[in-house]
Amino acid sequence: MPAIEIIGLKKKYSVGFWRKSERWGLRGLTLSVDEGEVFGCLGPNGAGKTTTLKLLMGLIYPSAGEARILGMPVNDPGVKAEIGFLPEQPYFYDYLTPTELLGYYARLSGVPAGEIPQKLTAALMRVGMAETADTQLRKFSKGMLQRVGIAQAILHDPKVVFLDEPMSGLDPVGRHEVRELIEQLRNEGRTIFFSTHILSDAETLCNRIAVMHKGELRGVSAVSELVAATAGKTEIVVQGAGVDALQTLGSDSRLVGDSLRFVVASQQLDGALETIRKANVRLISVNPLRGNLEEYFLGQVSGDPIAGGNA
Amino acid sequence: MRPRSGVSVVFAGLLGASLIAIPFASRRLDAMRPQATLQEVLYLQSPKTVRYLSLGYTGLAACVYWTRAVQYFGSKHVVQAVRYDLLKPLLMLATELDPKLTVAYEFGSIFLAQPPPEGAGQPDAAVALVERGIQRNPERWRLYYHLGFIHYSERQDYAAAAEAFDRGARVPGAHPWLKVMAAAARQRGGDIETARFLWTKIYESTDDKLIKETAILRLSALKVDSDITYLQGLIQEYHRQFGSYPARWNQLIAAGYVQGVPVDPTSKPYKLMPEGRIEVEDPKALPFIRLGLPPGQESVQFKPQPEPKP
Amino acid sequence: MLSRLGYIAFNTFREAVRDRVLYNLVFFALLMVGSAPLFGQISIGLERIVLVNLGLTAITLFGVVIAIFIGIGLVSKEIEKRTLYTVLSRPVRRWEFICGKYLGLACTLIVNAFFMALGLFLAVLYVKKGLSFEDAHILVALYLIILQLLVITAITLLFSSFSSPLLSALFTFGVFVIGNFVDDLRGFAMLADGVQRWVVLGLSYLVPNFGSMNVVSQVAHGEAISASLVGMNTLYAALYTLAALSGAVLIFERRNLK
Repeated sequence: MPAIEIIGLKKKYSVGFWRKSERWGLRGLTLSVDEGEVFGCLGPNGAGKTTTLKLLMGLIYPSAGEARILGMPVNDPGVKAEIGFLPEQPYFYDYLTPTELLGYYARLSGVPAGEIPQKLTAALMRVGMAETADTQLRKFSKGMLQRVGIAQAILHDPKVVFLDEPMSGLDPVGRHEVRELIEQLRNEGRTIFFSTHILSDAETLCNRIAVMHKGELRGVSAVSELVAATAGKTEIVVQGAGVDALQTLGSDSRLVGDSLRFVVASQQLDGALETIRKANVRLISVNPLRGNLEEYFLGQVSGDPIAGGNA
Repeated sequence: MRPRSGVSVVFAGLLGASLIAIPFASRRLDAMRPQATLQEVLYLQSPKTVRYLSLGYTGLAACVYWTRAVQYFGSKHVVQAVRYDLLKPLLMLATELDPKLTVAYEFGSIFLAQPPPEGAGQPDAAVALVERGIQRNPERWRLYYHLGFIHYSERQDYAAAAEAFDRGARVPGAHPWLKVMAAAARQRGGDIETARFLWTKIYESTDDKLIKETAILRLSALKVDSDITYLQGLIQEYHRQFGSYPARWNQLIAAGYVQGVPVDPTSKPYKLMPEGRIEVEDPKALPFIRLGLPPGQESVQFKPQPEPKP
Repeated sequence: MLSRLGYIAFNTFREAVRDRVLYNLVFFALLMVGSAPLFGQISIGLERIVLVNLGLTAITLFGVVIAIFIGIGLVSKEIEKRTLYTVLSRPVRRWEFICGKYLGLACTLIVNAFFMALGLFLAVLYVKKGLSFEDAHILVALYLIILQLLVITAITLLFSSFSSPLLSALFTFGVFVIGNFVDDLRGFAMLADGVQRWVVLGLSYLVPNFGSMNVVSQVAHGEAISASLVGMNTLYAALYTLAALSGAVLIFERRNLK
């Protein structure tokens, strides 16, 4: 049984007060996520990622289609006990402390009263907020709120975790910690579904990714396949007088002052290095490039709208 | 993935049931608190206080008190009450808050003055009300008319009535019939013609339903009085001719005194009583009549009409 | 289900208390007690009447304003911002959310009214140098005021379920004002004809009759209030609250949250 199953999900919005015009938030999404997967949903702003998450959480109702989580319809309260949700830029009850907030959420999620204190502490420790457990939330920075948000999403040990832009508001250290956390959750056998527009995060964490644009699903693929497809290139950086003559040696050349950076196919590496030696410029670095998700993404996003489906 | 229908059904049912029950509960509540709006009038009779409390919206407050006055009178009148104690304070408050509230003066001039159960029976209070109105609005000739009316109709003070009409006639733009009324009051006193003229004018010049109804009742009463006077005259003639009083209308018809059975303005036939008296079938339907009442039921304020002057 | 209602209610109460809105009650209580000596200047016998009138009216008005502002702040605000997302992603039904919120707000208002009443009684005690039996009637007036606040809160919730915070506040306050003139509305209706009459009459039944729950003048004069009036008002308030809450639930169940 797939952990998440979405079939033909559509969402239409009426915009405007007098002359109502329609706008499609989601134009028919179909995908499924298996248990234990880490699934990334990529797309530029307005692609429909948050709309999808809100539909899955039952916060908005679809115009057509259906979705199931763990085999149950989305607005079945039984489902809600098994999922956790981190909204984008969460806002919490200002005057509560993390302890009080998480305690409240834990009770609402049906965690037995006896287990609450330890689950609470465990969750706060996992997100690194144990010290500020009794400070009122209105004093928290954005990053701190983000961590509390993640804590409330996992504290009741849900089977499926939904994260909307989990890295938002975090500094590099924070992002690293969250990446580690997601890996831990995966190792615990949980299913993770998250949306982001930061490609490198998706690349490192996900089993599969989906690319969305303007309410449509443009492509779904396993990350490993994508990486393999674009492998086989090497990046070379050289410096010195005369580098401008070497610009045509490879593709993607960039000249800054007397430094030049360009990319060659791995087969042509030896030939390039020869030419460089003869040109008497300094070789700064030679880097094999891993396949880049960015190319796949940009490729999907810049294409023409997919024909078909109800517009 | 739509909202769960079970919940919706339950709450829709609750909503429906409570919406239906609310008006019933509301009516029960109303029944428990008669004169609800008047509680505060009992405690708050000072116009200054009310003016203060209405926060400058004196016009609105005046309307509210005026409406309450009408409602108060109406609800008591329906049960034929004999006391209308709060009518005066309500009207005074309304006119204090808005001295230009003409309808209040008009209403008071009739319903404060008339004897119960058709009014509060306080003609002096009515005079005071209208005089105050005149003080505040000396250019409103109609107020002099109302004043004169009170003197004429309820206090039978024809001199004062004439004087009031005169004052009114002097106001620029006053209606010519004020002069007519002044003359009639001075010369002819309280005869039926003048009274009829007065009430007809009232009927024509007002928009108020209650006042129109009262005017019709008054005019009907005048007709009854005049009919009975005339019919009793005929009966006296009959008596002189035949030596006895008629027991049935047929006798009068046969003798050629009347064409058919005479009916009163409520379309009920007049009753021939022994000793040549005439009574109306249903005195309650004809308040204000002075003749035609069963003995012992004469109206409290019965005063004999002065003889019409030649 | 009941436990979730309880948790939501408790959390709402906690939020309201910490929001400092309730600190006005200290201010009010102090104001009452502190201004009591002023009434000594007015003729004897009238002090209590004025004090009770003023005090109960202030409690009503303060109570209504607080009910509206807390209600808007804790519901409309929650719906507009995204506090709600993390709550509704848990096994909480939408109707439980509305009803739990209502319970929490109701408790807040009752506690509020209690403290303000305490202030009032202290002031009466000061002015009269003792309490007598007729002062017990103040409690009846207070009970009816609390009924009014409970109805207002339900109406606030109803408007909040579909309207912006500002509009909800305005509508609710408007309903409160009109609700105090229901008897006069009925009077207006009697004077009008045709369509106008039915519209005004309909409005007078639609809007809650706060006038019937207002016994301030009687109590100020030491009069007793009949038990049946209190009972009927309770029933009426309960029906009205039920209607408003049901409406709020029905609207909220369907609402797409932004």
